[in-house]
Amino acid sequence: MTTASPKDFTFSENSLGLVTPQTLVVNEPLTLVCGATLPSYQLVYETYGTLNRDASNAVLICHALSGDHHAAGYHSTSDAAGWWDHYIGPNKAIDTNRFFVVGVNNIGSCRGSTGPASINPETNQAYGPDFPMVTCRDWVVTQAKLADTLGIDQWAAVVGGSLGGMQVQQWAIDLPDRLRHAVIIASAPKLSAQNIAFNEVARQAIMKDPDFHGGRFLAHNTLPKQGLMLARMLGHLTYLSDDLMGTKFGRELRTGSLKYNYEVEFQVESYLRYQGEKFATKMNFDANSYLLMTKALDYFDPAREHDDDLVAALSHIKAESLVVSFTSDWRFSPARSLEITRALVQAGKRVTYTEVESEHGHDAFLLPNSYYEQLFGAYMNRIAREFSA
Amino acid sequence: MKAHHLKAEFDLLLDWIPQGARVLDLGCGNGELLAYLSTHKQVKAVGLEMDPLAIIGSIDNGVDVMQADLNSSNLVDLFGENAFDVVLTTQTVQAMQRPDQLIDSMITVGKRAIVTFPNFGYWRNRLQIVRDGKMPVSEALPHQWYDTPNTHLCTFSDFEQLCTDKNIAIIEQRVLGKELGFIAQLIPNLFGEVALYHIEKGFGN
Repeated sequence: MTTASPKDFTFSENSLGLVTPQTLVVNEPLTLVCGATLPSYQLVYETYGTLNRDASNAVLICHALSGDHHAAGYHSTSDAAGWWDHYIGPNKAIDTNRFFVVGVNNIGSCRGSTGPASINPETNQAYGPDFPMVTCRDWVVTQAKLADTLGIDQWAAVVGGSLGGMQVQQWAIDLPDRLRHAVIIASAPKLSAQNIAFNEVARQAIMKDPDFHGGRFLAHNTLPKQGLMLARMLGHLTYLSDDLMGTKFGRELRTGSLKYNYEVEFQVESYLRYQGEKFATKMNFDANSYLLMTKALDYFDPAREHDDDLVAALSHIKAESLVVSFTSDWRFSPARSLEITRALVQAGKRVTYTEVESEHGHDAFLLPNSYYEQLFGAYMNRIAREFSA
Repeated sequence: MKAHHLKAEFDLLLDWIPQGARVLDLGCGNGELLAYLSTHKQVKAVGLEMDPLAIIGSIDNGVDVMQADLNSSNLVDLFGENAFDVVLTTQTVQAMQRPDQLIDSMITVGKRAIVTFPNFGYWRNRLQIVRDGKMPVSEALPHQWYDTPNTHLCTFSDFEQLCTDKNIAIIEQRVLGKELGFIAQLIPNLFGEVALYHIEKGFGN
């Protein structure tokens, strides 16, 4: 980690400043839940703060669908801050003065860790659609490999929102001795039919794009931009709340009068197109990765192996949990977080549950919110008291 | 909602809590009581609380807390039957929409329950109504009639009648008041300012 900042540039208060990604290459085969084997893989990760002598202050950050290892700080003075910079840094909720924080890009994604856009060593071509399906369980295995490398036997906490929160649950279930706290934010014990349906529409939008070429678009020197754009527009709209869209856009028109055609007329249309285009072009998100990430969401269902009994699925976990939901989040509603909480409490586990007031829908877990910050900080303090005591 | 007396109540109910018991506090506030019971009785504590800032207070006090509105929560669905050795609620029951339903669920999710509330029949309260013709305002009942959360105030006799009607057994009653202890114990409904009831399901209930 680097915290030195150039003389002519000032980072915001309590910023980590410049941070540098690192790479772990694992030269051993990894057999995935789907049955396929990756001959080797690499993980791109970042660390913030300092690991203490007994390695008891480590916190793992699990990212959501389009997230990555770059959770906080800046890669350059012209870059935007990491995706959770508001909550990770000196004196922030996850205080890097006390915690050693690790962000890692998951395999199957497209930000540097092995994924569909990586070269398959067996063919010397990009994996593309041949990249095997990955699940939360596979991610936990690879993240544990990184923990081994960093000398971390047990995380003080594993933390994540949305799909990240699913990885946290998987950690607690699969490797109960390797974490003391599970911080599960805006998540669910499994997707609802409606959620899977949204994902399927997004996937169809990508796969039906004529530039998709069965996933081999790179070989055709093209990208399924329209499909990705549509997928992101749909996703984005489900992350916002109806109230917020009403407040932000209402029925406001772009030009002040109706034109009776299919051009952008309402402001909300303009906004959605902008978000979709940004994602498909500037952010350069790999379409195959988007497909894989939505499938990982769909597959997550730890109770499935226990006759759909979530209490049984959680019965062996040892971590204490913080479960957080947001009032206007309808994609991962408070009721879903309560399902996790209820199962944890019925399994006799220690759990704290809160529902944070917010108008920002599912996106709320990423956005500034003073109550959420205080609450998150209070819980992280409680964790810190355990290892500094 | 919470009047004073809390520390005195904590001391008075301490010996009703078995060592290492599983305890649920409904309306746990900042978690003071559960932290106190964790220190003195090593209980496994869970608190329910609605107020967001009080939840942060509970976290600061190291108490596991779940955000819930007691008026709309289904405690039996949330916890299951007999999940706790003791379910308690201090100075909260009188502010519930349906105190009777809350008490029912308390003795369902818990083997025993502890309920504390201010006595509307305390002699000073009676005096304010009879002498001044006004709703009582006191240390135990600090709110004005128009902004009080205490929508279901009752006397000790009212509460005991409810227990009889619902076949709830009163294991023990203890009272707090400004008057000499033995007087308050002698005629509690007149001289007790706050009561603590230790209850469980009656025989055959």
